[in-house]
Amino acid sequence: MKPIVIIGAGQAGLALAAKLRALGCETPIKLIGAEPAPPYQRPPLSKKYMLGELDRERLYLRPETFYAENAIELVTGTCVAAIEAAEKIVVLDNGTRIPASQIALCTGADPIRLPKAIGGDLAGVYTMRNLADADAMADEFRPGARVLIVGGGYIGLEAAAVAAAKGLQVTLVEMAPRLLARVACTETAAWFKALHESHGVDIREGVGLSELKGQDGRVTRAHLSDGTDLDVDFVIVGIGVRPGVALAEAAGLAIENGIRTDAMGATSAPGIWAAGDCASFPHKGCRIRLESVPNAIDQAEAVAAAMLEQGAPYVAKPWFWSDQYDVKLQIAGLNTGHDSVIVRPGDKPGTVSHWYFAGARLLAVDAMNDPRAYMTAKRWIEAGQSPELAALADPAIALKSVPLAAPQPELAEAP
Amino acid sequence: MITVTFEGADGSRITTQARPGMTLMEAARAASVPGILAECGGACSCSTCHVYVAPDFFDLLEPAGEMEVDLLDFAWEPDPARSRLSCQIVLSEALDGLVARVPERQG
Repeated sequence: MKPIVIIGAGQAGLALAAKLRALGCETPIKLIGAEPAPPYQRPPLSKKYMLGELDRERLYLRPETFYAENAIELVTGTCVAAIEAAEKIVVLDNGTRIPASQIALCTGADPIRLPKAIGGDLAGVYTMRNLADADAMADEFRPGARVLIVGGGYIGLEAAAVAAAKGLQVTLVEMAPRLLARVACTETAAWFKALHESHGVDIREGVGLSELKGQDGRVTRAHLSDGTDLDVDFVIVGIGVRPGVALAEAAGLAIENGIRTDAMGATSAPGIWAAGDCASFPHKGCRIRLESVPNAIDQAEAVAAAMLEQGAPYVAKPWFWSDQYDVKLQIAGLNTGHDSVIVRPGDKPGTVSHWYFAGARLLAVDAMNDPRAYMTAKRWIEAGQSPELAALADPAIALKSVPLAAPQPELAEAP
Repeated sequence: MITVTFEGADGSRITTQARPGMTLMEAARAASVPGILAECGGACSCSTCHVYVAPDFFDLLEPAGEMEVDLLDFAWEPDPARSRLSCQIVLSEALDGLVARVPERQG
């Protein structure tokens, strides 16, 4: 029997394989991963793992025995060279050809690297995506070391928090006028800027990296766009990711900010599916791609059901989290298209939530150490409900007493 | 090794063994216990690893932190006398034999 071949052994690939078995699928399954490690959790890499609070083995999502017990053939350290879409043949980089009954692409996303021309290939310049990245830079985290973090998104901020907690001298540059420019409101950006500055991080907004200079092939100095120079011991680059579309694109599959799928997770090629960070899919009249563990799991499980002809259209319930210092950020919903933000202090000191609205419709919330706000918002958003703006904005009214507004129509298109 | 048992809402039972220092959620994940979603992987961010701990063991647990208490309030049918997030329960020899019931659903 031809196997189901899952390309990519991350959170999505594993979830897809496990769900196929849970649904009673008896077809052989091959789960092919490029990295040497078995499927593991990435989020702790820039958090607890980097702080040394979580052992490597505890990153692994399943024990080794799981794969044999579930008849999932895990093939690690192996790259796929090509997919022959019409015949559904997966070609490994050692030339092995695997005819598949169905193929799932769970190829994730790859960090954007600095161009070689500005020193991106110097030793001591790291990205933060893989276990190998985290392990490679672990020895650099010595108290007093000077680290430059390029990019003020969540990855850069998490790396800054770890470095500051370990006693490094941290400078973070963000070329946009403020932190989190693509993903959060000015209120959230300002809140995190203050948090990091209180921990001694030197945040420079509106400042880009012009060039890294090195000695003997290792980075030593950074030229910034405002003309200043910094001596650095190492550099962490967190300037975003690109979806892993190379295989799909070469195979002729439709690409649209990721591997284009329908609501079931089917790509433009029959019998080939995609899930996780690499896949773009329909959502509330738009097409989105999510970079998050919950989406990787939920979408992969939806695709597993669809592969077995038990599927239903996937409805994303976007949520995200980040840990920085003693702050837990929880985000529910997607804030794209918001036109106002309500700031609501939490019940306890140091807790606050930022609520994004488009007109009267609640889109998303950023909750800082405020799980009640997060959970309340998540339920409202998933139910298509919105609180009354004026009541929400009044901290004298308890969150559980905030009345709901009249139902808001779904937006047909992003504004 | 520490033996722990998970009871499904349907009455099914999975008994597994875990090393001291692992969390109850990690033990459940390793044994593929249905209904323990643990979407955040143990970061105390999501409340999808909610379990009911049998009373004789519940009292042996370190008390829940503020974040966990707040998240549990929003879990599916929480019971203040038995509900915990399994990612916040670190297993030790004292918990050998622990029984946890998995709720009908998470969140």
